[in-house]
Formats: sequence, structure tokens, C-alpha cells
Amino acid sequence: MTRRTMIEAIRDAMDVSMERDDDVVVFGEDVGFFGGVFRCTAGLQKKYGPSRCFDTPISEAGIVGAAIGMAGYGLRPCVEIQFADYVYPAYDQIVSEAARIRYRSNGQFTASMVVRMPTGGGIFGGQTHSQSPEALFTHVAGLKTVVPSNPYDAKGLLIAAIEDDDPVIFLEPKRLYNGPFDGYHDRPVKPWSSSELGEVPDGHYTVPLGKAKVVREGKAVTMLSYGTMVHVSLAAAEAAGVDAEIIDLRTLVPLDLETIRQSVLKTGRCVVVHEATLTSGFGAELAALVQDECFFHLEAPVRRVAGWDTPYPHAQEWDYFPGPDRIGRALQEVLEV
Amino acid sequence: MSEETETGPTLSLHVPEPAVRPGDTPDFSNVTIARAGQVPRPPVDVAPDDIRDMAFSIIRVLNRDAVAVGPWAGLLSAEELREGLKHMMTLRAFDARMMIAQRQGKTSFYMQNLGEEAIACAFQKALSPGDMNFPTYRQAGLLIAAGYPLVDMMNQIYSNEKDPLKGRQLPIMYSSRDHGFYSISGNLATQFIQAVGWGMASAIKGDSKISAAWIGDGSTAESDFHAGLVFASTYKAPVVLNIVNNQWAISTFQGIARGGSGTFAARGLGFGIPSLRVDGNDYLAVYAVAKWAIERARRNLGPTLIEHVTYRVGGHSTSDDPAAYRPKTESDAWPLGDPVMRLKNHLIELGEWSDERHTQAEAQIRDEIITAQKEAEKHGTLHSGQHPSVRDMFEGVYAEMPPHLRRQRQQAGY
Ligand SMILES: Cc1ncc(C[n+]2csc(CCOP(=O)(O)OP(=O)(O)O)c2C)c(N)n1
Repeated sequence: MTRRTMIEAIRDAMDVSMERDDDVVVFGEDVGFFGGVFRCTAGLQKKYGPSRCFDTPISEAGIVGAAIGMAGYGLRPCVEIQFADYVYPAYDQIVSEAARIRYRSNGQFTASMVVRMPTGGGIFGGQTHSQSPEALFTHVAGLKTVVPSNPYDAKGLLIAAIEDDDPVIFLEPKRLYNGPFDGYHDRPVKPWSSSELGEVPDGHYTVPLGKAKVVREGKAVTMLSYGTMVHVSLAAAEAAGVDAEIIDLRTLVPLDLETIRQSVLKTGRCVVVHEATLTSGFGAELAALVQDECFFHLEAPVRRVAGWDTPYPHAQEWDYFPGPDRIGRALQEVLEV
Repeated sequence: MSEETETGPTLSLHVPEPAVRPGDTPDFSNVTIARAGQVPRPPVDVAPDDIRDMAFSIIRVLNRDAVAVGPWAGLLSAEELREGLKHMMTLRAFDARMMIAQRQGKTSFYMQNLGEEAIACAFQKALSPGDMNFPTYRQAGLLIAAGYPLVDMMNQIYSNEKDPLKGRQLPIMYSSRDHGFYSISGNLATQFIQAVGWGMASAIKGDSKISAAWIGDGSTAESDFHAGLVFASTYKAPVVLNIVNNQWAISTFQGIARGGSGTFAARGLGFGIPSLRVDGNDYLAVYAVAKWAIERARRNLGPTLIEHVTYRVGGHSTSDDPAAYRPKTESDAWPLGDPVMRLKNHLIELGEWSDERHTQAEAQIRDEIITAQKEAEKHGTLHSGQHPSVRDMFEGVYAEMPPHLRRQRQQAGY
């Protein structure tokens, strides 16, 4: 066991995968020589050579399109989009191509590939370095979407994603890259090295896609979240002194509905938390599913706490995405019914 | 004419227009065409800078007397030429038959290759097994020349129970990995950069296979085309980048996508990619240029851009009426002739073919196609007979069906 940051865990996942399988290639803007602007790929080019880890032109459609072609050949590309905010030029390649090639060719061609991207806010990145676009991907048939919340999961999920035969969108909450977020925006981030969540085994292991994790057991209310908001939800439950059961979804598609269902059947209440904008966000899907599956066991309407429906602000970001106060109010409302 | 404003004369927008419109006399005087045999044939390892001129001329082999002339001639035997003619005739007859089938309501939609048969048919013959095309919808000749069964093409067009793609794709959006034919996308240009990625993968693995990218003149305006050029140039990918300039993108003439650049081939020059133009209606020229570019790729010398200059004789698709936007007789005026007739005349000139043999071949091909059609229709057409199961509709979205899809399949009753 070693304590690792999420960045190191992600790098280790690629390293382990490249070591085990010659078909795994890694590329993107600044990814090769420099190791990526967040250093997630540092050292990989040196170790595996420039034909397995390399820099690309600034062309997201090019990066994803080339990866699709490579996957069609039989490689397993794991590509980096520098920030999730820049995935839109590649959106057509992801949605119309990667997601559908297996289906439209009846399995003759597949796009076994991972598109990694830093996502979410909390680092004063403004509109173009903070977005959480997961709902744009979960809506698309044929894609899998993963959001880790700690280094152990990040490594295990990324290895599973690289080994998966489907195209996987891998969203890395950059707020968590260097340390866990205690949920309070006005306190410094603690390093992962002092957190037990920073424990990451060496070598190969996977965290299966499609399995959620109960990170806190409780009987009063179920809280559903993923990525950074898992940490905020924990802080909110503590602060409010609520016996909440908190589920880290880990993958959004495929979704572990069974774990959600069992928890809500037990608690009869549900609050969904994400930092992406509210309207048509993934929380809407979760609320609908809980309603579908658990209607007669619900004691209160499902509440969603999410980012406001505005573009991501720069100076006001701490008011923009949910903090313990907003979540606390939602918990109160749900519990009072 | 222009009025003055405070900062200078008023500006006006330039919108390019084709030389002629319906009712006018067709006019191709603006198309400059080199004489057959005139363009030199450089060695494949030529420095791109030394052949910049070739992005502005046209490589042609067959002259007006149907004689093969010049440095690009002499690569194909009479037997191979007869095979090429048969492929083109088959594609033409197939198109004619499927156009009728569409009009009879046996399928929803069709796109024909009329006038462009030489390009895909000749190019395919220059490739080797294992190479991969990333085609658009007007390269069915790649499949025919690769020996893909006609009946499978029809099954796909009809979305019947034998459709190799299980009724999931539009007609003519074929896919056959075994025949070097990547799954066609309806989203224009996306395949262009994918082809470059495939070639890069072959290079990464130290393989010897190469890829071929295909795009129409109109679609070169998409950003994926430029992404393809920059990646191909940056990594010297083993890929042949084909632009099929058939003069029209639905109703929009090629000048709209070309903008101010001299030719589509010239787009490659800024990337340092050797860029050639070829007479797309000349089977021998297309084959020779394809061979040259494929050899470059195979010898790790990097990408080549080829602009195939041709004319789309048919409508864009079965939903299109070209008479609404161009002179009715424009295709007859096209100065590069008809690819089938040109190869036929060449074979006759060589003493390897005759009008009688041609008529016989036509009848034989028509029989083959009717037989294939009967076979395909035994398995149904879009609106009759058996279809792939609704159960299949839920398969293949993912490698393994996730629980939410399984639930939905059960809800649908399967
Ligand atoms: C991304 C995208 N935009 C628009 C269309 C609609 N569309 C289909 S074919 C076509 C014209 C393409 O012309 P060109 O590339 O010259 O090919 P051609 O049909 O002449 O062979 C258009 C605009 C599309 N299929 N995909």
C-alpha cells in the first residue's frame, strides 16, 4: 500500500495498463513530453516511448476521431481532453461515432477506448475550466460514464475502463486531484497522504464499472452523489447531525440501481446532490428512477441539490455549487415531511 | 456604384455562384484539363515541395482516341482491365436496379454512384488484403471490387431478416471489416480523421497495412477534414487521403466549399502533404495514382492527398431533383466523359473487347443482379417479409447488455 494523490493513482492506472497490454496507447494535448497540464501522464512517454504516449495537435475532434480509428484497428486508446470544457469539438465524434460503431456495424468494429477529462469546479477555473458535462454523455446510448471520488477508486475504475470493451467517458473531479475536499469551501484542501482514502495498492486491481459504494450507513435519508459532491454530502450530513446513508455512485452508466433501491426502501427519503446545473441534469434521472422504483416507500418527495442553471461563474463559485448549508436545508425539508 | 460612409466605401458580401443554372447552356470552360500523358510521374520518395504543381494539373492516361499514353500508363493487363470494366458495369447495373426498387417502395432511400464508378473500383484494386477504407456513401465500388456479395448489399438496403447489420443502418451505409470497409457514418467527414487514426495504429504496431480516407468535395469544409490533414501530416501516417470532387454537394456547387483556394488538392500543400489531382473518370489513371500513393504509404513515406476530379451524373440521392439547380444536360457536357465508355473503348482499341462482348456482358451482369435481387427479396424488403427481430434492436449497444437495457427490452416484450 502506498498513499497516492488522485493524479498519481490515475497515472499508475495507465502505467499498469500499458505495462500489461501493448495495445494501450495514451495521447492528448501536452500529454507526452510534459506529462499533461495536471501531470497525469508524466513519465509514460519516457517509459513506453513516443509511439505509445505522445503529444497531439490542439484538435479535440482529431484526438477522439484518431482514437476511434485506432480502436477500429484493435488498439485501446486512453486519450486525454485537457479540460472537460473542451470536449465539445469532439462531441460529434463521441456521440455519433464512438457510441454507435459497435451497434451500427453489428459488432464488426468497436470503439474500446477511454476519454479522460478533468471536470468540475472549485479551483476558480471560471466558465471554461469548471464544467460538469456528465449528463451530456449519460444521455447517449452506447457510452459508459464514470466519476471517481478518491484515489483508490480512480485507479481501479480507470483500469476497468481501459479494459472495458465499450467507450468510457472518465470524468476526473479536479478539485480532488491533490487532496480530499472536506466539503467546506473556505478551508484548505488536506493532502491525500494524510487521508485513508489516499491508500492505493500497487499493481493491478479493478473497481468494477456499475457498482456503487455505500460510504456512510444511515437510516434517516439516502443521499446520492458522485465525485466531489460525495465529500460535500458527508460534511453536510455531519454538520446537520442527520443519520444519512450516503452512496457514492462511482459510475453513472451503468448505474447500480439495486444499491440505490435497497437504501431508499430502508430510509424512505432521498436527496440527490451534484454540482452540474440542475435542469435536465443527471439528478433528474436519479429522481425519476427512485420515484419509479420506490414510490410506495417514499415518505417525502425526492429533493435535488445542484449547481444553479447559469454558466459557471468565476468569483462566486463557492455560492454556485452545493455546500453543506444548501444540502443541510434540503435534508431538513425532506426529513420534516 | 458603392456609396461612401464615414470609414470608406460600403462593403458587400461575395457569394460564389456556379457559371450556369437550369436553362443555361452547360459550361465547363473553367475546368482546365491537361492532355493525357502530359503530367510526369515522379518517384514515390519525391520531396513534396518538388511536386507542388501536381496539385493544380490533372493526371490522365486515356486520351481521346482511347489510347493509354504517358508515364502513368502500362500498369494493368488486359485481363485486369476487363475485370475493372466488369466491376464498373456491375456497380452501374446494381444502382439502376436499386433505384427502381426504391421507387417501388422496397426500401426507403438510395444513393447511386453514376459517373463515379472508376474511382472506388480502381482504387480498391490497388489495395492489399487487410488494408482499410473509411468510405463515405458513394464508394460502393470498393465493396464490389473487393468481391463483397451483391445479395448482402441488397439485404442491407432492404433491412430484411438477412441484413448483416440487423436493420440498424440506413440503406447503403454498408460495413464489412473482412472487405476492408469501415462502417459508414451519416455524419459527414467524421471518417476522415478516423482513417488517419487507423493508419497511425498500424504504424504504432509495426504492421504493414495502410488505410484510405474518403470524403466529398462539399464535406472538406468540415473541421474533421482539417483534423485529418493535421494528424496525417504531423505523424506521417500511412494513409491515402481521397477527395472525390464530383462538382456538387447536393445543390451546392463545389466553389462554395473550395472558397478561394485553387483546387481541393491544394489544401494538402499547406500541410506539406504531396497532393495530386487525377481524372476520376479514367480507370487507368485512378489506378496508377492510387498505386503510387499506396506505395508511398507502404514504404513509410507518409500520407498522400488525391483529388479525384469527376462529375455526379445522378441526383444526390433518391430525395433529390438535380434539374432544379443545374442544367439538365450538364453531365453530357462534362469534358472527362463516361468512365465505363472510356474503358470499354480502350479495351476495344487494344483488340481485347468488342461491342458484342460488351452487350453480352451487360446481359450477364443484369442476370446476376436479378438473381441476387430475387434471393434478397426472399428474405424480405423494408415493408414486406421478415425483419431482424426487435430483440436485436437492444443488442450490441454495449459489449454486454447493462441492466437498464435488459429492463427496457423486457418492457418492449422481448
Ligand atoms: C455533418 C453533416 N452535415 C450535413 C449533412 C447533410 N448532407 C448529406 S450529404 C451532403 C452533401 C455532401 O456533399 P459532398 O461532400 O460533396 O459529397 P457528394 O454527395 O457530392 O458525394 C449534406 C450537406 C450530413 N449528412 N452530415
